[in-house]
Order: sequence, then structure tokens, then C-alpha cells
Amino acid sequence: MFADSRLHAASLQVAVASNFTAPMKAIATEFERETGHKIQLAFGSTGQFYAQIRNGAPFVVLLAADQESPQRLAAEGHAVKESAFTYARGRLVLWSKKLHFVDSHGEVLKSAVFSRLAIANPKLAPYGAAAVETLNKLGLYQQIAPKIVEASNIAQTYQFVASENADLGFVAMSQVFEHGKLKEGSGWLVPAANHRPINQDAVLLKHGQGNSAAVALLSFLRSEKAKVIIRSFGYDL
Amino acid sequence: MNQLSDAWPAIALTLKLASLSSFLLLIIATPLAWWLSQTQSLWRKPIGALITLPLVLPPTVLGFYMLALLGPQGWVGQVTQSLGIGVLSFSFTGLLIGSLVFSLPFAVQPIQYAFEAIGKRPLEVAATLRASPIDTFFSVALPLAKPGLLTATVLSFAHTIGEFGVVLMIGGNIPGQTRVVSTQIFGYVESMAYDEAHMLSAGMLVFSFLVLLALGQLKSRSDKVLT
Repeated sequence: MFADSRLHAASLQVAVASNFTAPMKAIATEFERETGHKIQLAFGSTGQFYAQIRNGAPFVVLLAADQESPQRLAAEGHAVKESAFTYARGRLVLWSKKLHFVDSHGEVLKSAVFSRLAIANPKLAPYGAAAVETLNKLGLYQQIAPKIVEASNIAQTYQFVASENADLGFVAMSQVFEHGKLKEGSGWLVPAANHRPINQDAVLLKHGQGNSAAVALLSFLRSEKAKVIIRSFGYDL
Repeated sequence: MNQLSDAWPAIALTLKLASLSSFLLLIIATPLAWWLSQTQSLWRKPIGALITLPLVLPPTVLGFYMLALLGPQGWVGQVTQSLGIGVLSFSFTGLLIGSLVFSLPFAVQPIQYAFEAIGKRPLEVAATLRASPIDTFFSVALPLAKPGLLTATVLSFAHTIGEFGVVLMIGGNIPGQTRVVSTQIFGYVESMAYDEAHMLSAGMLVFSFLVLLALGQLKSRSDKVLT
């Protein structure tokens, strides 16, 4: 109302898909140290960010959990065309809090030892869609469908399994891996060939157009330094 | 618009959940409210506060703890498992338990106020006529508290319809089991199906307005009876 936000922007407002919370915090720290720019991170679901951005939210950059939302935003004029790129590729892990419950080939899916399998809602979350594709590829979807419980996002999927309300579930590798190993429980790293790639795209939003700090953040995201951080959190790139 | 076909099972389930909740709450809340309105016990205030908690706590807190309690490691989960019922999270029964807790203050408070409004006099009169306490309760207190009972039923019904956070956290979005209208709207919004979200939301808006309007009518009618 008084001045364009980008003129007096002391810090960049960045919307980040919640599955990317931990790596983005590390990247932001590094970016702020190197460039002196300040970043304000907001974590949430891509669908909610999409709705907020369409309605004028002041974010300059969106790190989405999918490719569709950045493309839609660009097509609708809320994001800068041709600015989207894939900053991370998620990996799916079939995980249980219990030791020795999930074998290293996911054979447990064919057994009857579990009563509930948690997945993220396949309509809302790319990790959920990838889980359904994996089950279809294994020819097990029909058989397992009655045992599926859906979480509204991948963070809640993790919570369902971590609280053992579900015996096992398809979660993000970034949630259960640390330094290349499972933090706890048992898991099967689902081969990437079992589902379409879980590509996560970043995009420059209309609010960030012409903002040099926002552009700098996006190019930092593509740097080797950022890629090392991203990989260390369990993403492919 | 073909996604809208998902809405009907959600509407049916929501109505089932709300009717069952408000019915069971009437049974649970009436003796509780009676006790709260009559007792001199030191426990009156702490228990009153405990019942009111769901009114002020964010549903995420309730949902988070309910998931922990109902899960296989929680004590409710341990009990239900040893009874052979299994774990109640992600089931209609689990959702019903959540709704009962969530809407309890909306049922207890109107009934308690109605009981308190009766005052000592009618109860003393009944006692001098040698009515037993149980007789007094059923033939004096309960009929006099009827407006409160009605308000409690309507409020807990409406509040269950509007329940969202708890369902999202302990439901698991299972069609016909735990996918209610509010979580269906959330799903539409999140998947950018705004047309469908609009239709269901508008329905919810009109419905809630009508419920509150009916409640107002009830109140003014009962006021007339009293004056």
C-alpha cells in the first residue's frame, strides 16, 4: 500500500515444501553467510502455498514438492515463465519403526503380518502418488488397498508410522536416513524405477521478479555446495 | 466436476458421526452436568475445567495426544488390543471417540446451566412430597432442563459437523470410515479442485447458518415459556 514490498524488503520470504525443511534450513544458513541476504522461510504444503500465492501472498520463491504447481503458477501469471527447475528428486522408503520388520527387498508387502500401511494422500502428495505407483508396479495395490491409511502429507505419514499407529508406511528417504543409514527401525529403499521420479521444482514468483537476492538464492540452489547439502539429506540430484 | 461424487459418502458419514455423537453425548453429559450443578465437592472445579479443556485446546493438541493414546503403545490402545478390538485409530469408532471428547463441553455446559437455573426450590418441593432423588431428577429436573438438553444436542451436532483438526490427525482419510465433509473440503482445496471445494463449503455455510438460526428460535421459545 505504501511502497512495493521489494523496495524495502529486509528479508526474502521463501515458501518451502515441508518435506524439504531440514535441508533448506542448512542451505539458508549457508546462503545468508555467503551473501549477507536475509531469508524468511515458511514451511507448508505445496497446495496451500499455491492457493496463497494465487491470492497475493508475498513470497518471492517457491520450493514446491512437485512440478505441477510451479508450472500452473507460471501459466497463470503468478510465477516467472521458464524460471522453474528441479532442485531435488525425492526417494521413497518403505519404513517401519520396528526392527527387522521391513526386509531389504520389501517382501513384507506380500505377507499378512501388517494391518495398516500408511501413505501420503496420492492426490495431494507426490510421495503418495509414487507409493501407489510402486504398489501397482509390484501388482499388490488391489490386495493391499483395504489396509491403506492416508495422511494429508508426507510429514503426517511419518508420524503415523513413527507412533506405530501404522505398522509401516511409504515415507521420504530424507525423513528416515541420516549419513546414508537408517536412523531407526527397518526399511527398504524403493528402487527409483518403480515410480515416476519425484521431482521437486523451484520457481521465481512474480513478487520476486527483478529481485536480485531472490535470483541469487535460486542460482545458489543450483550450486555444487547446495547440491552436496541436498544429497546429504537423502535426495537424488 | 466428476470429483464431486466423492462428496456424497463424506456427507453421509458426517451426518452419521454427528448424530451418533450428539446422541451419545446427551447420555454422557446429562449425569455429568447434573453432578456439576448439584455437588459441593472439591472436585467440582477441576472436573469442570477438564471438561471445558477441548473448548480452548487447539484440535491439533487433541489429535496428537489421541493418536498417541489410541496407538498400540498408548494405554487406550493397550486396553483395546487386549480386549481383542484392535487399535482404534483410523477407524470410525476412533473418530467417534475423538468427537465425543471434542464436543463434550458443548453438551455439558448448556445442560449444566439449565439445571442450575432451576434453583433449589422445585427440588425441595419435590423432596417434601417424598419424591426420591431419582424420581425428582426424572420428573422435575429433566423436564425443566429441556431447553438446555435441546441446545446441547444441536450444539454438539453442529460442532461435530465442523470438526476438522482431530479428524485430520486420527482419521487416515478412509472413504466411508473417516473421510468427512471437512476433510473432503481440505482434500479438494489441496488438490486445487476449487469448484468442488466451493460447492461443499457453500453447503456447509448454509447448513451452519440454519443450525444457528434454529438454535435462536429454540432459545426465544424457551425464554417465553420461562417468563
